Amino acid sequence: MTRDVAIVAFGQSEHRRDSSEFSEVEMLMPVLHAVLGQVGLTTDQIDFTCSGSSDYLAGRAFSFTMALDGVGAWPPIAESHVEMDGAWALYEAWVKILTGEAETALVYAYGKSSPGELRDVLTRQLDPYYVAPLWPDSVSLAALQAQSLIDAGLTDERRLAAIAARYGARTGADDYVVRPLRRRDCPPIHDGAAAVVLAAGDTARRLCPRPAWIRGMDHRIEAHSLGVRDLSDSPSTRQAAERAGAFDAPVDTAELHAPFSSQEVVLRRALRLGDSVAVNPSGGALVANPVMAAGLIRLGEAAARIHRGQSQRALAHATSGPCLQQNLVAVLEAS
Amino acid sequence: MTPAPAPRALQAPLVVEFPFTRSLGPVQSAFLTGLRERTVLGVRCHDGRVLVPPVEYDPVTAEELRELVEVAPTGTVTSWAWNPEPRQQQPLDRPFAWVLVRLDGADTAMLHAMDAPDAEGVHTGMRVRIRWAADRTGAITDIACFEPDEGGAARREPRAFDGRFADPVSGIVAPARLDYTYSPGQAQSRYLAALAERRTIGERCPACRKVYVPPRGACPTCGVATAEQVEVGPRGTVTTYCVVNIKAKNLDIEVPYVYAHIALDGADLALHGRIGGIPYDQVRMGLRVEAVWTEGGRYPDHYRPTGEPDADYDSYKELL
Repeated sequence: MTRDVAIVAFGQSEHRRDSSEFSEVEMLMPVLHAVLGQVGLTTDQIDFTCSGSSDYLAGRAFSFTMALDGVGAWPPIAESHVEMDGAWALYEAWVKILTGEAETALVYAYGKSSPGELRDVLTRQLDPYYVAPLWPDSVSLAALQAQSLIDAGLTDERRLAAIAARYGARTGADDYVVRPLRRRDCPPIHDGAAAVVLAAGDTARRLCPRPAWIRGMDHRIEAHSLGVRDLSDSPSTRQAAERAGAFDAPVDTAELHAPFSSQEVVLRRALRLGDSVAVNPSGGALVANPVMAAGLIRLGEAAARIHRGQSQRALAHATSGPCLQQNLVAVLEAS
Repeated sequence: MTPAPAPRALQAPLVVEFPFTRSLGPVQSAFLTGLRERTVLGVRCHDGRVLVPPVEYDPVTAEELRELVEVAPTGTVTSWAWNPEPRQQQPLDRPFAWVLVRLDGADTAMLHAMDAPDAEGVHTGMRVRIRWAADRTGAITDIACFEPDEGGAARREPRAFDGRFADPVSGIVAPARLDYTYSPGQAQSRYLAALAERRTIGERCPACRKVYVPPRGACPTCGVATAEQVEVGPRGTVTTYCVVNIKAKNLDIEVPYVYAHIALDGADLALHGRIGGIPYDQVRMGLRVEAVWTEGGRYPDHYRPTGEPDADYDSYKELL
């Protein structure tokens, strides 16, 4: 690696079940202004802009081009978009800065799930020949994964309840959404947005007193057929973590993108996180789940802890697809 | 004008519906044709494992796979999830179990639904069999679902299969429909509410002072919210146009007709509209036009000439 790149600012919206009074750009723009304001930059001082979102959430074609109005994209700026969680937009921006073509980058993500039925919408990302025609919803697929964990002896419903309780869920009676997952094991569905600013070397030091340096980042994917995978494990997370250098030294913080309580079990094992690690001090995706931004928020929250002096070395994870299909791991350090 | 109080944001139902037509490769074609013929095929990897449902490449090595084998319509549940409230387009309309099933002779599992009276009767390791759909077309839904088969047939080895069927399927049509409640947000709600009152409202950028019509909530140059409403028009200038010669489906407009960019007086952005009240071959850049509303219409039906002299090119060249 030829240059150091850091997350120097992070901001997010209030995440709400329903934001129907605002368009995407109206929801996003305050977050962009807040994050740029943290480092005293204006959009014309940003070398590269990259965003993550999915038009399927709101059923609004090319919604990301409308969102671009919020960064002042005319006359044309250097800009890119991924139809993925914003964590992957951050990855692209990081690579762009590593190439030397940019000193600064603005990364943002937003999701407005309230116009549609997210559980149905997400079926459209599945294998179109063998799986999507059955419309298996996101909770059902996560429940199959949870049952695999229970069958493997890696968790049980009592331990899943304990995970949910850590995020504020009440223990005791709770209905199954799809057995073995109860309501408290499933994430809320939120509308929301998030943004970070990346900067290289001395620019980062100038913009931020404690930059969160990206020491490594990698993303890997599982075989696409669910029936080929061992759903109780996540070799792609482990591999991404190895290549990001996560196992080279202990981390004190881990922000895990585990929308379902059972997925935290998979990720803790894959990432070999001991009890000394603060897992999801931000509250995690089980509390705030703006789809397409929730992964970027994990990177942002981990960085913010470094900015505040609460962490020296943090791991951040983001996921995409059914049952932790694709996983990104980043290692952030204070120095 | 002072900022108007924001009307309640508008909402409307929106249906996104596509009949995706997808072609099949040799392995997927054989598998789906096999389902039509109540025969389940897998594909053998180079390491000897049998994948069901089969794919055309090895999930680990990415090597091409072509060796088809026939497996049994019976198998073992490797994971399950009880779905108490089926969603509309799922395989069964009563509570059912999602199951991953490793068919006898296969080394991997396939996802499908299982019909069972309640969750208590479902467990990992249980024996199940395919229930075939009555009407089969060559699709994954030719398997209606699985059903319990306790004490069913013993495990057997896969058999070689040449993959040949009469009249193989070469593609699938996968209908997809998603229902949304569309909401355009603050700026566009204000715009649409004013249009229904036969007024055209733009919004001014507080930084560069440009007036955007229709407003989208943000200035694309400055990246800031536009909040100040400005009434523009009702007259404007055709900045450029095209002649439409192909009749759109379900559109009751005779071709040829003219579709134009129209810069309303006071606006710094041209909007789109149809030009009527003038032969299509007499429309020109600079033509002065005004909006025409129909009885009860919530937006202009079209724009017609005002009879004013044409606008000077220099007056609209920045809006092209």
